[in-house]
Amino acid sequence: MNKEKVIFAFFIVLALTLNFGFFIGDLTDPAHHNVFEFFAALVVSLICTVIKFGDRTHLGALMLATSLVVDLQLIVAAGIWGYAEHISGTGMDPSTMSSIISLSGGALLANIISVVLLVVETALLRR
Amino acid sequence: MNNVIYLFLRRLKTPLITMIVVYSISILGFVLVPGQDDQGNVYHMDFFHAVYFVSFMGSTIGFGEIPYAFTAAQRMWTLFCIYATVISWLYGIGTALALLQEPIFGRMLRRRSFTSTVKKMNEPFYLICGYGVTGRVVVRQLVKRDVRVVVLDIEPDRIDELEMDDLSISVPALCADASLPDLLDAAGLQHEKCIGVMALTNDDHVNLSIAIASKLLSPDRMVISRTESDITTSNLHSFGTDLVVDPFRTYAQYLSLAAHEPYMHLVYDWIHNPFHRPLSSVYQRTKGRWIICGHGRFGRALYRAFDEGEVDLTVVDVDAVSIEDIPHQVTGVGTEASTLLEAGVMDAVGIVAGTPNDADNLSIIMTARELNPKILTVVRQNIHENSLVFKNSRADFVMEQGRIIANRVLAHLKSPLVPIFIEEMQNRYDDVWAHTLINRMSSVVGQNELDCWAFVVGEEETPALIEASQQGIELKLSLFFKDPHDRKRNLHAFPLMLRRGELVDMLPGELDIIQPGDEILVCGLNKANKRMQWTVNNYNVLHYILTGNDANNNLLSRFLLKYF
Repeated sequence: MNKEKVIFAFFIVLALTLNFGFFIGDLTDPAHHNVFEFFAALVVSLICTVIKFGDRTHLGALMLATSLVVDLQLIVAAGIWGYAEHISGTGMDPSTMSSIISLSGGALLANIISVVLLVVETALLRR
Repeated sequence: MNNVIYLFLRRLKTPLITMIVVYSISILGFVLVPGQDDQGNVYHMDFFHAVYFVSFMGSTIGFGEIPYAFTAAQRMWTLFCIYATVISWLYGIGTALALLQEPIFGRMLRRRSFTSTVKKMNEPFYLICGYGVTGRVVVRQLVKRDVRVVVLDIEPDRIDELEMDDLSISVPALCADASLPDLLDAAGLQHEKCIGVMALTNDDHVNLSIAIASKLLSPDRMVISRTESDITTSNLHSFGTDLVVDPFRTYAQYLSLAAHEPYMHLVYDWIHNPFHRPLSSVYQRTKGRWIICGHGRFGRALYRAFDEGEVDLTVVDVDAVSIEDIPHQVTGVGTEASTLLEAGVMDAVGIVAGTPNDADNLSIIMTARELNPKILTVVRQNIHENSLVFKNSRADFVMEQGRIIANRVLAHLKSPLVPIFIEEMQNRYDDVWAHTLINRMSSVVGQNELDCWAFVVGEEETPALIEASQQGIELKLSLFFKDPHDRKRNLHAFPLMLRRGELVDMLPGELDIIQPGDEILVCGLNKANKRMQWTVNNYNVLHYILTGNDANNNLLSRFLLKYF
């Protein structure tokens, strides 16, 4: 067992699970989507990105790319959230909530690809 | 070449993760710790304000407590966060700075910029491996002729030296092991503008691997290599190295020429050496007994070269076994008078101090001169730093490896016709012929450096001549030697050799007719070379030289000439 591999896989899978947990629920209902879970998903995704730095293989490059997509999607979602709550003056409305959730849905897809790549890499290693 | 970026990212992994963790804990803390608003109600900071506050706190800008004055609990958390974020910043910046200072990082950056400079070269260039005494002389001479070069050397000191030498054009240089093919590749081994590779390092194996790599990747390109052993020499020749220079053998031949045919030796010397010997330095008393001290690589090469001529040889060496089968031999270093007397220094014409020890060599010639003031002295210089002493040793010949190789390489670069000329001269003519030639050379260049250059009559090198010959004008060799400023004057140069297919004409007459495809070797002052380039490249100049008229060879003037 390789400790480094465990940490690596742990963060990648955690990023997916947190993202999924936040995404699941009614698209427009803020009560179904916890802000802390969103925060955790974003932080874990950032950590994932840094972990993937410096791998020169083709697979490594793909994994870094998926992580960057996740970061981008979640940061935009966070920006929209902040704008809706504090700047727009109208507070959170269903349409804003739905756009935040759909962005996190995109991030979820990228996270799934990342996990698939992780599995592929492991499978290749076994052979 | 993203090595640098990858290295940077890899090293900064831990500091970056630390920073993300510290920031997220701080932000989370501010969201969780209860605060109090201006009306005294309990409130929880939202993520937006928490991120805002931690951002300016972490960078120690500090805009104050917002949106409301903090409670004691919030202040305590702030206190913790300030130290945590500052430390994580220091850690990150410290790691980045340490990385920048690491030698490997500098090396990577240098190699990266070197590779991109070489890649951008758009003029023909030579790749020179080894910037020792030889490399330095070759680079300097090439740069003087405005030829681009790229240098590789394994010693950082030598690369520093190169940067200190003020060369008139920039020379990309890298400190690297030239025996590694990927480094050679970075230095332009596969570059289409690389016209020649020179392996001038002091390690035969490295030279060999450079030559092999170059011949494998591009078989037609010129490769010049130096060598120090006969095995390497034959190995290098076996795969078609264009020029292999063995300093010992080259110098031995040079010396034996001096002993046998002094004027031919002078011709050779003038063509090869930028600082040529004066005419008066011809040695008349060269036939007789020669003493060779040291029977190492140089001594053996010398013995072989001298043996062909009618000279008596006495070999002096410490190692009695190595000189067993030589007829006249004396055991000893040669630094003490008794050994030299035994070797017959009193009636010898010349002595060669050829041991691998500089102090011994100097001592040998000084002792020999004391015993026999008229003796000809040849001394081998092993270490370049001893130049000052050797220059003042008043020896007749100083044999310094580096310079010999450099002169030989440069002669080859001037034109591949030079070695052919020397060979033909030795095969076909005698010393009297050489004497007249050297007098002619002397009257043309005087005390200045004798330069050699060659033309191949053809579209590429002499477009004006081709145009003229297409118009049916008969071209004589003499037109090369007329001054484009005033055709009544001659340039300080004369033809050495004309090669037409198999036919080699030595010292061709000025009235010979030239044909496309002829190769002409010319010697003279470097200034004459530049003038000559005018004549052969510019049709108007050629026209002036042929007819004496300053023709305006444009459409309008041709039209006017025709009708008025």
